[in-house]
Parts: sequence; structure tokens; C-alpha cells
Amino acid sequence: MYQYTRFNNKNGFFQKFGNLDYILLSCLLILGFVSLATMYSTDGGEVLFHTRSHFIKFIVFFSMMLVISFINIKFWFSLGYLSYAVILGMLIWTINFGITASGSKRWIDLYFLNIQPSELMKIFIILCLAKYFHRMKAQHVNSFYSLCFSLIIIFVPMSLVIIQPDLGTSLLIAISGIVVLWFAGLNHKYFFYSCLLSIISLPIIISFLKPYQKLRVLTFLNPDRDPLGAGYQIIQSKIAVGSGGFTGKGFLKGTQSYLEFLPEKHTDFIFTLFSEEFGFIGSVLLLLIYSIIIYRVIRIGALSRSYFAKLFCYSFGTSIFIYVVINMSMVLGLLPIVGSPLPIMSYGGSSMLATMIGFGIVMSAKTHSQQSIA
Amino acid sequence: MININISDSATKLNSLNRRMFILATAKIIILGGIVSRLFFLQVKENKKYLTLSDKNRIREWKLPPIRGEFQDYFGNTIAGNFEAYQLHIIPEEVEDFRYVIYRVKELLELSDKQFKKIVKKKNEIKPWETLIVADNLSWEKFSKINNHLYDLNGVKPVISISRDYPYKENFTHVLGYVSQANENDLLTNENIKEKFVPGLKVGKTGLEKSFEQKLIGSNSVERYEVNAYGRRISQLAFQKGDKGETIKLTIDTKIQELTNELLKEKAGSICVMDIYTGAIIAMHSSPSFDPNSFVFGISQDEWQLIRNNPMKPLVNKSLSGNYSPGSTIKPIVALSALENEIIKPDFTVQCKGHKNPLELYGQTYHCWKKEGHGFVNLREAMKQSCDTYFYEVARRLGVDRLSVTAKKFGLGQKVFKDIFDNEKKGLVPNTEWKKNALGRNWVLGETIITGIGQGFIQTTPIQLCLMTAQIANGGYKIYPKIVANDDNQYADKFTPLYKKSRNIKIVQDAMFSSTNEVRGTSYRSRLDDPKYKFAGKTGTSQVKKITERDRELDLKTFQIPYEERDHALFVAFGPYKNPRYALSIIIEHGGSGGTVAAPLAKELFKMIVDRHEIRKNYDNKKYLDI
Repeated sequence: MYQYTRFNNKNGFFQKFGNLDYILLSCLLILGFVSLATMYSTDGGEVLFHTRSHFIKFIVFFSMMLVISFINIKFWFSLGYLSYAVILGMLIWTINFGITASGSKRWIDLYFLNIQPSELMKIFIILCLAKYFHRMKAQHVNSFYSLCFSLIIIFVPMSLVIIQPDLGTSLLIAISGIVVLWFAGLNHKYFFYSCLLSIISLPIIISFLKPYQKLRVLTFLNPDRDPLGAGYQIIQSKIAVGSGGFTGKGFLKGTQSYLEFLPEKHTDFIFTLFSEEFGFIGSVLLLLIYSIIIYRVIRIGALSRSYFAKLFCYSFGTSIFIYVVINMSMVLGLLPIVGSPLPIMSYGGSSMLATMIGFGIVMSAKTHSQQSIA
Repeated sequence: MININISDSATKLNSLNRRMFILATAKIIILGGIVSRLFFLQVKENKKYLTLSDKNRIREWKLPPIRGEFQDYFGNTIAGNFEAYQLHIIPEEVEDFRYVIYRVKELLELSDKQFKKIVKKKNEIKPWETLIVADNLSWEKFSKINNHLYDLNGVKPVISISRDYPYKENFTHVLGYVSQANENDLLTNENIKEKFVPGLKVGKTGLEKSFEQKLIGSNSVERYEVNAYGRRISQLAFQKGDKGETIKLTIDTKIQELTNELLKEKAGSICVMDIYTGAIIAMHSSPSFDPNSFVFGISQDEWQLIRNNPMKPLVNKSLSGNYSPGSTIKPIVALSALENEIIKPDFTVQCKGHKNPLELYGQTYHCWKKEGHGFVNLREAMKQSCDTYFYEVARRLGVDRLSVTAKKFGLGQKVFKDIFDNEKKGLVPNTEWKKNALGRNWVLGETIITGIGQGFIQTTPIQLCLMTAQIANGGYKIYPKIVANDDNQYADKFTPLYKKSRNIKIVQDAMFSSTNEVRGTSYRSRLDDPKYKFAGKTGTSQVKKITERDRELDLKTFQIPYEERDHALFVAFGPYKNPRYALSIIIEHGGSGGTVAAPLAKELFKMIVDRHEIRKNYDNKKYLDI
């Protein structure tokens, strides 16, 4: 076994290069291209700040992903706890010295770029928990100790993000963590009971929500109660998507976004604009691209030798799926509005960085699929 | 150890793969949900959202409709439209409002007062509404602004259509005037409400108000694509509205101008009417004012000047001035007496002058002539306007029979029905009326003074004109009209108002003598040329009861305070040979009808008769343009 590993280690650069998942890579490139085109449309058919910035970020982070894929999966395994601790430190830093923008402290100034640690946490919590469960014996997974420890791992960053305040991201962090717990083999009954508990305690939770968050929930239940205020976003978003029709209004011809009826069209509502311009066909094709990406990620996990890689790939793939689903449901009026970007499509450096690191680790798992981790 | 490890990791992998499988299935179901939601929104409900999206992005702008014009009988525009140079600002679209507004102030040389008014107006409107900074700029200032536009971001020079009254004060009381529509206009007139745009001018009085529905026209509509903030992005369509109807009046501007000329510096009214068609040839109330000053809102000073003028320029005296008719009622009294066979034309009364006035129940009734008229018959009494004669006639006739005849000839009721909302009815009293209105019985003394047009009786100048016209046309009913193509078909049009047409002839002849024979009250104002010769009756109506002391003092008109002077009246028709026109003249506090009012008729008839040829030829389309 040791020799086998050594043999693998001897694999040269070119072999690793050959081992890359080209279907996943091309899908990511297509998605990148689509997102650039959409960004170009949000800028009103001109190459302005958002398009340029998004382009640079995509190129930089995509290259970074390629670099990551050549780094041994063992390196990422060993970095699991450390990186989690670093991001946690950044979150604490954010609370004290973060940059305040539109009412919440989410960013920290790293001199050359502003970063949103909560976005990174979405990936690194998976890494951390995957490492934690990799070492654990099957019979210990459901032990009280491990349950408590993993819940602490989830709750600490989650609460740090909630007080920013950023409910959307904290929920996504929690979901990422819970997904790992699920795959790690935590007993079904825990999920069942906690689900039940959260449904029962929902009214209590709502009473603790901030007024604007309550409003969002109420608005979700009935968007027409304040069509020009709280309900405005979701109504305009539905109008945009609905008016797109089967084939869409055509590239750069989406009146809803072009005439600025759409709020947040660069970030959370980018799918609305895409859907308005490319219609049902375009939207389904976009979903298809996402599905292929997620399928490839899970397939890489399935073909990996190490439990860590499998766990990471499955959880990461599922998380991406959940991000996409939450974002789209929100935009289509199926869920209340929570700030959740659409991976890669939405404008935003930290989200892109985190997603690309994730894909990088997945790709590294692919290139080192025969690598086992002690 | 290794074995345990292997089996352990195998269980772990097993569970992992099993759970992955469960989740994969869930994922496919969720994806299906999202796709079906997309299908629902984009394919099934597409129509609904497409409409909503268009409603979002397309907005319509109504432009003020172009108001219909008024023309005189010969097609001259008497109320038209002109291009007003205006300056609009939409506060929302201006980056630095303060800077721009100060710059505009500088360029237009606005006074501080005007400037404050603009700033106040700005604070009252919504930021996306149009602020009209200047509504009627001179061409110089307008081009000055245009030259500085580079510096005035958001300022819009606009050429707008506005009301113009080229004859200024001449038609004010007939046409009325337009001004900015206010809340009241919107509430009372649905049509205005529907067509309202800021700055819309609507008729406030006169025909401008009565014919609002026809004049207003319809809005042009501009359809724009707008963004979420309501900013116009591009024009999609322009739908041209219709101009309001042009309304042609029966008035002859030349004669109307003459009436204005004649009444200069005086308070009073002149009405001229065609005795067969009832067409109003001229109708003027003096003093008048320039309606153009109301179009863009009158200044407070100017308004106070008009409002506080003791001669009351705001009152249309022709229609809403209630005057005692004085002696101008005598033709009707005579006619009524003849018709009721109370008297014969040769009925004679002795007028003994002030020393021996008519006495009744302790009251004395004087004739105007100190020396008395001696023995007078009907013709002579009418000619010299002998009051004593008509006291006696009225006494014999009684007020009830008089009021029947008076009402028949158009007194005591509105002449124009509902065309003018400020028209007054006047009052023709009878015994029943007094009982109902005042709760007291009629006394004989009141009958006697009614016989010379004093007391309760009240008439408007247009009623007197109609009365004269119906005597002049041989005693046939006519319906006055002011709109040229208003061919109202009243069933009783041209029905005789007399029992014996001879009686009308007698009254006409008596009126003729009054103007054209020596000792007639308007003899000095006669026109000798048979072409122009007219017949008339003077009237002098007392504003104040004449006391014994006044009678002894016998003051000249100019010695009496203005408010206490008599109203001077004159009614006439002509040309006598073949009458065609009737007129009534009233000069408030002018003095005696014979000396003040009748001379105006002389001027008028000269022109009226001359203009008749032109009018007739215009009707026959001999001249295409005058």
C-alpha cells in the first residue's frame, strides 16, 4: 500500500494534467462565459466596472483553481483545521474591524482586496468537518462527544455571521455543515427531530428576527401586501422572469433589468436577468450546466479512494446544489428573500474565490484520486 | 488493526454511498420542481407577466389639448391661440437645483418676489412633476435661455399653445376668459378632469365657460418607455389630439368695437340685436378689462384694481345688471293698455306740471317736466315721455295686465336660457308676486310708478333690447342667439305677441315721433337721412327717491354725487322704413337718457345700417373675405 502511494507520488505534472476532469472544466468555463455575458447585459450592453471586474476575478480564480488541483489532496487534508481556525479568526476580526456597508459588517480590508470571510467559511467548514469525520470510526460517529463537537464547529461561525448581521450566509454555512454531518452517517433521527424542532420553534424564531427580516417572511407569504416596498423585489423579479417567456426577450433586450426595475441585478438577482433575456430554454440549459457540474463533482467523489475526498466532494457538490436551488427559488418566489448568491454567476469576489477553492480541491481529489490519506 | 480499519472504512463508505444515493434522488425531484416553476412563470403565465412588464415600462404623457377658437360673424378670430415661450424644470432631473434656479433668476432678471413664488411652488409639487418657471417669456429672454442651455442642466424651454384675445377688452364679457383650472373646475366638470394636465387653461366665465365641452379638444398623448425611476428613455408613439371646435358668433367686431369706444370711461351696456333672427350684433358691458391678463394668472395688484373699481368691471351689465327700465317701459305700458282696450290712441290726459301733481291717497306723483305737458294724447305722451299720462294709463290698466304683456315681450325672464351662467332674470311684479314674496298686498301707488318703469320692476339691458326688437319686428316672438349656427327651432318662434297688429303700429309710430319730431325726447339725436332714420324711446331711471328738496334745488347731473345720479337709458330700432336692428343702451349714473344715452344710438345706427349691407353680402357669399 505504501509503495502504491509512492508510485502515485511519482506521478509527474503531465500525468496530473491528464487526470484533470475536462468536462467539469469546460462546464465551468461555459458558466464563466455565460456569467460574463449576463454581467455585460447588467451593465447595459457596455463593458463597465462590473463586467471588467467579474472577468478579472473569474480569470484569476479559475487559474488559482488549476494551481490548487495540482496540489496534493493530502495537503488540503492537513490544512483542514488550520484553515477553519484562520477563517474563524477573520470572522472575529470582521466583527471588530470590519467594513460596514449597507447596515452590516461583512468585509475585512486586506489592503489589496476586501474579502468576505463568511463566504469562505461556506467551503472551509466542509473541509474541516470532512477532516474531522475522516478520522472517526464508524461507531463513534453518533457518539455524544462527536455530535457536540461537530455542532460547535457549525454553530460558532454561524453565530459570528448572524451578528454581522447576515442571515442568508449563516444559514448557508449551517446547511454546508449539516450536509457533511448527513454524509458522515449521523443518525437519521437527529435530522428528523431537529427538523421537527425547528418547525415547532419557527414562530419563536420569527419573533426574534429583525423587523426587516420579519417583513421579508411576511412578504414571501404575500408579496402584494406592499408592492412598492418590501414586496417590490420579488414582484419585479417574477415579472421579469415571467415576461421572458419561452425563448426570452433576447440578449441585451431585457426591459425589466435594462430599465432598472430589478434590484440587485448583479448579485442575487442575476438569474432573473438571465431568465428574462434567454427565457425558459436558456434557464433550463443553465440548470443543465449546473447539473452537469454537480454530477461531475459527485462522480469525482465516487471515484476517489480516500474517505476524506469522497466526503468533501459529495458535500461540496450538494452544497453547490443547495446554493443554486435556494437562489433560484428565492428569485422565482418560492422562498423568502435571503441573501444568497448564485455560484459563479453572481458578482462577488469572495463567493467566487470560495467556490473556486472548492472546485480546486475537488479537482485535486480527481488528480490524486488514487491517493489515500492516513 | 488494519483489518478493523478496512472493515470500518467499508461501513463508512457504504453509508456514505447510500446517503449520496438518497440525496441524488432528492436533488432530481427538487430540480424538477424548479423547472416546473420556471415553466409555470415563463410559459403558462407568460402573457400576464408580459403585460405587467409593459405596464412597468410604458408610460403615457398627456399634453394640453389645443382649445377651439371663437370667431366673429365674418370669421375673424376673436379668441385664438398663440405660441407662448415657457420654461419648465423637472426638479428631479436637475442635479443642482439651487444653482440652476439662481442662474435662471439671473438670466430672466426675476424679482425677488417672483423668485420666492417659484421656490414656493417647487416645494409644493412632487419632484417628478413639471415646475413652470416662466409661462410667457419674450422672445429675447427665451433665446437668451436657449443660448445658456449648456449651463442649465435640466431646464427645458418649451413652446406651448396659449389663449390669446386679440381684441383685448372688447369681447371680455361675451367670451369671458380662461385661466388655470382649479380644484373646483375639476370637481364640477368631468371633461376637464379627464383632460387635465398641469397648466391646463379652462374657461372661467362667459362663453368660454359655457362651451367648455366643445372648446376643450382632446389631449395629444406621448407614449414613452421609462425606467424604474420614471425617467423617459425613448419615445414609442405620439398620438395627436384634436383641436377643440371653433365657435362662430353672430357678433360684428366692428360694431362691438364701436360700442366699446362709445362706452369709454362710462359704466354701462350696449346691446344690438337683429329683430328677425335674434342674432346679437354687439353686446358690451363697460368698463371692461383685458382678459389676456388672466391667461397666465393675474397679478395681485392688477386684480385688486379691477375688483375695487367702483364701476364694477367684473359685472356683465348687459346680462346681470338689474335696472329700473324707467320710461323705456312706456311702449309696453301703452301697448298693454291698447291691447286690453283700456284706452284708445286719442285718450287724453292733462299734465299740469309740478304745481298740480297727481295726488292719490296723500301721495303725489310728479311728471318730470316742471311746467307740465298740457293736454296730451298717447302719441304726444310717448313723444315727450309724459309721466302723468302714463300714471293715469297704468292706474286704469292695473299691474297684473301690464305684467302679462311685459312678460310676453321678454321681460322678467332669462333671454339666453342657460348659455350664460351669470344672466339675471330681472323682475316683472304683479299683485300675486308681492303677496308671495313680501307678504303684503299690492297698493295702487305701486301700479302708478310701475307705469313709468320705477318701483319693483327690474330689467336687464338685453331684455330691453329683446323687447324693443319684438315691437320693431311687428310683434313677433324671436329667440336671441349669439352662436351663429345655433338654428334653434322653437315651436313658438315668430308667433304673434299681439291681439291687433294695429296696436304695434301705433306704438312704433309713437316711438318714431319721440326721435324724429320736434319736442321728442331724443329729437336731438335723430338721423335725418331716411336710410338711417331710427325710432327710440329714452328713459331715465331714478336710483334714489326724489325729495321735495331735490325738486326745488333742480340740480344739474354733475352736481349730484356719482352714486345718486340717474341711469340713462335708450331703446331704439331702425332703420324706420324697414326695421332690421334693435338696440338698448344704458349708462349707469349718466343722467338723462335723452342727453347721454340717445346720442350714442345716433353713432351706432350709422354704422349698423352701413354694416348691414356687408353682412347681407357676406351671407350671400359675395365677398369671400372682409
